[in-house]
Amino acid sequence: MNYNWNWGIFFEPAPSGTGSYLDMLLSGLALTIKTALLAWIIALIFGTVIGILRSLPSKTASWIGFGYVEFFRNMPLLVQLFLWFFVLPELLPRAAGIWMKQLPNAPFWTAAIGVGLFMSARVAVQLAAGIGSLPRGQQQAATALGLTTAQGYRYVLLPMAFRIIMPPLTSEFLNTIKNTSVAITIGLIELTGQARAMQEFSFQVFEAFTAATVMYLLINIVVVTGMRFLERGLAIPGYISGK
Amino acid sequence: MKRIHLIGYALAAALCAGQANAQELTGTLKSIKDTGAITLGFRDSSIPFSYLDDNQKPIGYAMDICYKIVDAVKKELKLEKLEVKLNPVTSSTRIPLLANGTIDLECGSTTNNVERQKQVAYTNTHFLTASRYVSKKASKINSIDDLKGKSVVSTAGTTNIKQLTEANGARNLNVNIIPAKDHAEAFLMVETDRAVAFVMDDILLASLIAGSKSPGDYVISKDAFSKPEPYGIMLRKDDPAFKKVVDAATAAVFTGGEGQKIYDKWFTQKIPPKGLNLNVPIGAELKNQFAKPSDSPDPDFYK
Repeated sequence: MNYNWNWGIFFEPAPSGTGSYLDMLLSGLALTIKTALLAWIIALIFGTVIGILRSLPSKTASWIGFGYVEFFRNMPLLVQLFLWFFVLPELLPRAAGIWMKQLPNAPFWTAAIGVGLFMSARVAVQLAAGIGSLPRGQQQAATALGLTTAQGYRYVLLPMAFRIIMPPLTSEFLNTIKNTSVAITIGLIELTGQARAMQEFSFQVFEAFTAATVMYLLINIVVVTGMRFLERGLAIPGYISGK
Repeated sequence: MKRIHLIGYALAAALCAGQANAQELTGTLKSIKDTGAITLGFRDSSIPFSYLDDNQKPIGYAMDICYKIVDAVKKELKLEKLEVKLNPVTSSTRIPLLANGTIDLECGSTTNNVERQKQVAYTNTHFLTASRYVSKKASKINSIDDLKGKSVVSTAGTTNIKQLTEANGARNLNVNIIPAKDHAEAFLMVETDRAVAFVMDDILLASLIAGSKSPGDYVISKDAFSKPEPYGIMLRKDDPAFKKVVDAATAAVFTGGEGQKIYDKWFTQKIPPKGLNLNVPIGAELKNQFAKPSDSPDPDFYK
């Protein structure tokens, strides 16, 4: 292959004038982490609410949960971000649309919310499965003790369900981090975006994407290790995920 | 005994002849001769340089020049038949595909600059374009200073966004710079009022406007962010024999008047698939370049 390898490129000044190419990639990494964390918080909150709705006996509640999950799960993430960013402001009244378009950092907020809602559908399905996996006797016991439905969920069902679905939640967290890379489609210059910018400026394609890969791998290793400790600490003795 | 000697001489002669041939042909020329095929890389939407028409066939100004190069290579290698293979490339794949030998020439709208020459070689410049901006006529942006405090978009990873960033700092414009993924999305941001202006190579802006829903709504600025920068057809670095053939072919096209004809065909007449007319007559700098072809990456060279 006729390729001019240059691993020293990372320490050369980037033409954007804000330091070296490595600084460029690191600023992308910081943005990736920020977006992923915010998206994950949104995914957990909405996923929990919808997951509970799906497990309730009420027909209406489970229909709402079903509709939400199918809406977010069946559309490619790329299309969803595009819709939120370009189509939604056009559907709103003109003044609201203009306000939305002129928000500072619009790509960041749109990406975090868009990825968060997409992932929340997946969290919801897993939580509903976690609740479904509990013996029916648990809920009945809660009711027999005089707990309301809300209290039953708060003190009996959710603490158990969350601890059971810990391992799949780890992979959903990893997916959230990787999914933020789709946000370059709405102009969020995170790690993948910076790697692309680097290859356009310097034409050192392989170095740029190798570095980006290594950085993704590193954050994912950190997340996996952290979650492993959490899983161990929270495992329920006697259950599949426990010892 | 004598016979063995003779065989030895014959063998030696044959070996020498083989070696002489191998020395004549190296790199890309050799592989073209061996395979009887040359591969051109094309872009799918770099109008009018290299793009797909309604039959999904790549056409354009750079493609026409590349076909002239193919003819010259065929003549140089004295081939009766030279198969032309076409391979689509994007801005991310053009370097790896050129480096690993999938494509032999990249026929598109790639800017020739010093940093990129560390990785690839360019033949004679076929176009010159300056960095300007497009805005809606209704937003009345008449000069770069009118952009002060507004949102301006440019495509991420281009030299244009770099020039915009520099001008922003140097002139205290306080512009909110939005990076977009590609030209189409950057233009969409101006169309939907997310940004008041889009900074890009003026020729690409002209083609985006010509292809938009209401071309009359937009205007390209007179002010420029840069001097005219050269576009070139890319080939592999460190392959002087192939570069010599390609340079000679493009020089012949440009100086012989054919370059002007091809230029007029794509820039001043209706082009497929929608019958757009970009209406960009040839400028003085490019006319000079056609008279005395060069592959310099330096914008000052073309003044």
